[in-house]
Amino acid sequence: MSVTYLELVCPAGTPAALRSAIEAGADTVYCGFQDATNARNYPGLNFDRDEMAEGIAFAHARGRKVLVAVNTFPRPGEIEIWHRAVDDAAALGADAVILADIGVLDYASRRHPDLRLHLSVQAAACNPLSLDFYRENFGIRRAVLPRVLEVREIAHLVERMGVEAEVFAFGSLGTMTEGRCILSSYLTGRSPSSDGVCAPAEQVAYDEVDGVMRVRLGGVTMNCFQRGEAASYPTPCKARWVTRGVASYIFDEPVGLNTIDILPRLKAAGVTALKIEGRQRSRAYVTQVVRAFRAVLDALGRGQPIPDIDLSGIVEGQKETFGAYRKGWR
Amino acid sequence: MIGLTLGPLLFHWARDKRRDFYFRIADEAPVDCVHLGEVVCSKREPFSEPDLPEIAERLKAAGKQVVLSTLALVTSPREIEAVRDHCDAGFLVEANDVSCLRVLCGRPHVIGPLINLFNEGSLAYMARFGAIRVVPPPEVSAAGIGVLAAHAGGMEVEAIVFGRQVLSVSARCYSARSRGLHKDNCQFACESEPDGLPVDTLDGQNIVAINGTQTMSHGYVVLLREMTDLIAKGVRRFRLSPQDVDMAAVARIFRDTLDGRIDAEEAMAHLAAVNGNVPMINGYMHGREGLAWVGSGSG
Repeated sequence: MSVTYLELVCPAGTPAALRSAIEAGADTVYCGFQDATNARNYPGLNFDRDEMAEGIAFAHARGRKVLVAVNTFPRPGEIEIWHRAVDDAAALGADAVILADIGVLDYASRRHPDLRLHLSVQAAACNPLSLDFYRENFGIRRAVLPRVLEVREIAHLVERMGVEAEVFAFGSLGTMTEGRCILSSYLTGRSPSSDGVCAPAEQVAYDEVDGVMRVRLGGVTMNCFQRGEAASYPTPCKARWVTRGVASYIFDEPVGLNTIDILPRLKAAGVTALKIEGRQRSRAYVTQVVRAFRAVLDALGRGQPIPDIDLSGIVEGQKETFGAYRKGWR
Repeated sequence: MIGLTLGPLLFHWARDKRRDFYFRIADEAPVDCVHLGEVVCSKREPFSEPDLPEIAERLKAAGKQVVLSTLALVTSPREIEAVRDHCDAGFLVEANDVSCLRVLCGRPHVIGPLINLFNEGSLAYMARFGAIRVVPPPEVSAAGIGVLAAHAGGMEVEAIVFGRQVLSVSARCYSARSRGLHKDNCQFACESEPDGLPVDTLDGQNIVAINGTQTMSHGYVVLLREMTDLIAKGVRRFRLSPQDVDMAAVARIFRDTLDGRIDAEEAMAHLAAVNGNVPMINGYMHGREGLAWVGSGSG
């Protein structure tokens, strides 16, 4: 068994990815049901109830944990769907549920007092007062922190928050505060908050004019690429926009988060768990990232230096960033 | 009577412009409630706070309720102290971040549109803590607002019917970034964009606007035609979000429409003259993408 330096929480978009993540060394996997109750509600992804039961059994047989994300905000008049997701996760033996909506948190804490509740990054709790609110009212045990804080601010917060802190360690991440961006629904009618979808693929269109490839989302141009230029996915916050006559990645470049080089600082800041983003990614991707982080965490756990592992080829845009963890990002 | 609110000024206006604006609102605008307070960026607060007591007194003397809106993103210890100070300043407070709820618990307060209150489950929970008024987030449709209003009990439901819609909250300042600066040394770049910085597509379509750490819709939400339906669904108050146009005139158009002095079509014509070239949007209210415009006859 590996040495626990930081708990490694890994994405499982499918039952196959769940097994791959665990075999590659995940301490914990997170996954969701096949509907709008989770924030990666994409075609072909996620678990039906039987698959969830099998996935949890597979993980538990190997001493690993499964977290079930029910982390979107129910639309008015549809809250029973979210309640059922929480009930089923509890009945199937999930080690915790990841929740964002205040009404769902209230329901889960009353109906399942023994079920461990994690606060989703979608709740965007980034200060001690917010975390006190969720801890005192719903008994949350862990919060996934939004990427608005520098590492020194995370350390300050962890001292005061009274619950475990989980932070994003690797993957594709938007530049806006999680749970507080509706650019996607502004353009397409479907949003992360209520639909669990950002920049839905069925509204992405490519066409080529005079050797320039144009990418649109909901009919709105997100970017243009010269022939041979690497095309990025048209997420609105990573699109190329024009301000004052100048075209630029005004919100953020298409870059991927990779925190391997600052893991000791995150550990020193009091962080409990690292989250790998990517439930929409392939098994091969998940395996490669989880293996890399497992090797790094095991080395750090043994007091050894960080091994040299190059993940630059698989991060978004093939460019790595520390994102908001770095001073000056804002 | 259906209430009419002037929401918080989301842009960073120069001190004189801001003072003149609120004094004119006090004297001329038929709104019964005005929000003060900085929502977007704590770095702007030192510029607006010195005038706040005087502006609040002037508005109260004109018979208007004054509500203090809080910051939307609270991260630093200084911002947390500001939240506490605002909550204890003696005004009715609009919470725009969950952190405020921890402080306001048990006291009357307003749940602002930047808190993710999407459904009747969350609404019921908030009611227990003393919320007296809720403003659903921009994404919620008329049908959704109807469900919320039906479960609101004694709480007043307010809908935003005019102005740029807030689309995202970020820790990063895009006004600064558009000038190659960081938030820490921003030089208050946002002051020179009193209605937001236009953000266009590569092929020249106006889509969004930047306001410091916020992004907003390029078009102004205009729900003149939808207000009758919203009232029937239980909405009791409407909000105008300040833009760099004649807001006293905007308020008169909405008040006259609510009072039946003009009909919605006449109001639309008046408002088009005030808005200039800024397009109108209403997609979210019709369950569509936010930037859509659902015209009369197609909605």
